[in-house]
Amino acid sequence: MTWETVIGLETHVELATKTKIFCSCTTAFGGDPNTHCCPVCTGMPGTLPVLNKRVLEFAVKAGLALNCSITRYTKFDRKNYFYPDLPKAYQISQLYLPICRDGRVDIGGKTVRIHELHMEEDAGKLVHDPWIDQTRADYNRCGVPLIEIVTEPDFRTAEEVIAYLEKLKETLQYLGVSDCKMQEGSLRCDVNLSVRPAGSGELGTRTEMKNLSSFKAIARAIAYEANRQIELITEGKRVVQETRRWDENKDATYAMRSKENAQDYRYFPEPDIPPVRLSEEYLDALRAALPELAGAKRARYQADYSLPEYDCQMITSDPALAAFFEDTVALGAPPKQAANWIMGQVLAALSARAMEPKAMPLTPPTLARLIALVGEGRLNRNTAVKVFEAVFDSDGDVDAYVREHGLEQISDASLVEDVVTRVLASNPKSVADFRAGKDKAFGFLVGQVMRELKGKADPRAVNERLRARLAGEGPAPSRGGPRE
Amino acid sequence: MKITTELVDYISELSRLSLPEEEKAAMTAQLERIVGYMDVLNRLDTAGVEPMSHVFPLVNVLREDEVIPSQDRAELLAGAPAPDPEAFLVPRAVE
Repeated sequence: MTWETVIGLETHVELATKTKIFCSCTTAFGGDPNTHCCPVCTGMPGTLPVLNKRVLEFAVKAGLALNCSITRYTKFDRKNYFYPDLPKAYQISQLYLPICRDGRVDIGGKTVRIHELHMEEDAGKLVHDPWIDQTRADYNRCGVPLIEIVTEPDFRTAEEVIAYLEKLKETLQYLGVSDCKMQEGSLRCDVNLSVRPAGSGELGTRTEMKNLSSFKAIARAIAYEANRQIELITEGKRVVQETRRWDENKDATYAMRSKENAQDYRYFPEPDIPPVRLSEEYLDALRAALPELAGAKRARYQADYSLPEYDCQMITSDPALAAFFEDTVALGAPPKQAANWIMGQVLAALSARAMEPKAMPLTPPTLARLIALVGEGRLNRNTAVKVFEAVFDSDGDVDAYVREHGLEQISDASLVEDVVTRVLASNPKSVADFRAGKDKAFGFLVGQVMRELKGKADPRAVNERLRARLAGEGPAPSRGGPRE
Repeated sequence: MKITTELVDYISELSRLSLPEEEKAAMTAQLERIVGYMDVLNRLDTAGVEPMSHVFPLVNVLREDEVIPSQDRAELLAGAPAPDPEAFLVPRAVE
C-alpha cells in the first residue's frame, strides 16, 4: 500500500522586542539565572501585567505579511496547567479571539494555509540537578513575547515543511520582528503528523513532536515518525494520540509522560488585561510601513539588474546582505560585480569570522570604491582581493591603503614593455619551448613578468604583449604613451 | 449539571489539590450548587448579546517597549521556600 503523510506545524517565534510581553524586564538571551526577572514575570501575587505596545505591532506586521485577516477586537486568555516552567500556573495566551486568522504562505507552487497566529508569553527554563534531585527554575525567558503560527495540515513531505519554515524565517527576519535563531530557541517548531492510505480523504490519528531544534532534526523526525506510524498500522496496531519528544542522539521519538492530563487547559478570559481594539488607521499605517520582502527583492533584482536567479537568492538570503548590495549598487558599482564580490569575498569573510551580515564592519562605500578602482584598471583583481581582506575588519580607507602599500596597477605600458623585453631576453629556453609548441612555457613567462612587476600589472595586458612579441612583433614604440 | 465524585477527583487532580474522602462529599454538594446557579443564568436569552470578558470599559492598555532594570535576585528569591542563591528549587520536574 502507498501511504501519505499529513503534517501541520505549530511554530513559536520569539519577538525581537527589548522587553518582555507583560513587564519591562529585558529579553536579552542568556544572563545569569533569574537576573532578568521581576514580580510580574515570576508570578508574584498582586502583580498586574501590561501589554507591550511593540508586541502588538510585531504580531500585526507578521500577520499582514502572512496574508492573514487581522482581528479588530482581540483578547487574551489564561491557559491553565501546573508545570514549574510557568510560575503563575497558567500561560497568558489567546484562544477565542487570536490577533490573526486565515493566512497563507506560497512555497514553490503550493499554498500552505495559516489557521491562526496568536500572541503569548514564553515559559522559563528548568534544569534538573541530579546531586540534590531537585529541579532549578530559571525565569529569565519567562514572559518573553512569542507569536505562535499554526498551519492547516497542508504539508505532505519534509521538503515542503522546510520550504515553508525557510520562507517564514525569511519573512519574519525581513520584517525585523524576530531574529529566528533556531540555536537560541527563537524559532521553535512542533510537528503534528499522521499517515493515511494515499487517496484517502480522512485524517489518521496524529502525534505531536517537540524538541526539534534544527531543519535537519525536523526532516529526520518526520521520516522516523511516519515510518513508525505506518509500521504500527501495518501490524494491526493503533496510533495513540500523544506528545512525543525527538531525541537527536538516538534518532528516535518517544512518548512524553508528563502531559497525560494536560490537554484540559480550562481556558478562560484573562481578567487582568483589557481587550485590544485595532483601528483602521493603525492597520493602514502598519501596512504602509511593511518593508519590501525577499521575494519582491529577488524579482526586482532580476528585472532591474538582470542578475541570475542564483545571485538573487544568495543576496536576499539575509536582509542586511540585501541592503548592503543595494547600497553598493546605489554608489555606482555595476550590479553583477557587486553581486560577485558579495557572494565571493564578503560571504567568505563573514563565514571565516562566524559573523552575521548585520554585524559586518565593512561598509558599502568601501566596497564600491574597491570595485571602482578595479573598473578603472587601477587595481588588478588579485590585488583588490588582498586590499579587501586588509580593510574588511576596520572598514579602512581603500585609497590610502593602496597608496601606502604601492599597490596601484602599473598603467605605464612602456614599463610593461621593458620588462617583457627583459624577460624574453633572459629566458631563451622558455621562448624556444613555447615556439616548439609547449604552452606551459607561456605561463612561466607571464609569471616572470608579473613577478618583476610585483603583481601590479594588468595580467591581460601582460598576456597580450607577450603573445604579440613571441609572434614576432617588435616592442611597442611610443615610450610613456598610452597602451595600444 | 450533575457533579459526580469522579468529576471532583478530576478537578482536584488538575488543580493539584488532594481532598480527604470526607471533604469530597461536601465539595460535590457545594460545586453542584454553584454550577446550578449557572443553570439559572442560562435560562436568560442571551442571543445577540456580546459575551463580556471584562467589567470595566477599558481597551488598549499598553506600555512602551522600554527596559526597566529587573528586581534584585536575592530579593526575588527571598520568599522562595527552598534556598538556592540562583534559582527557585522545585521537586523533580524534568524527564
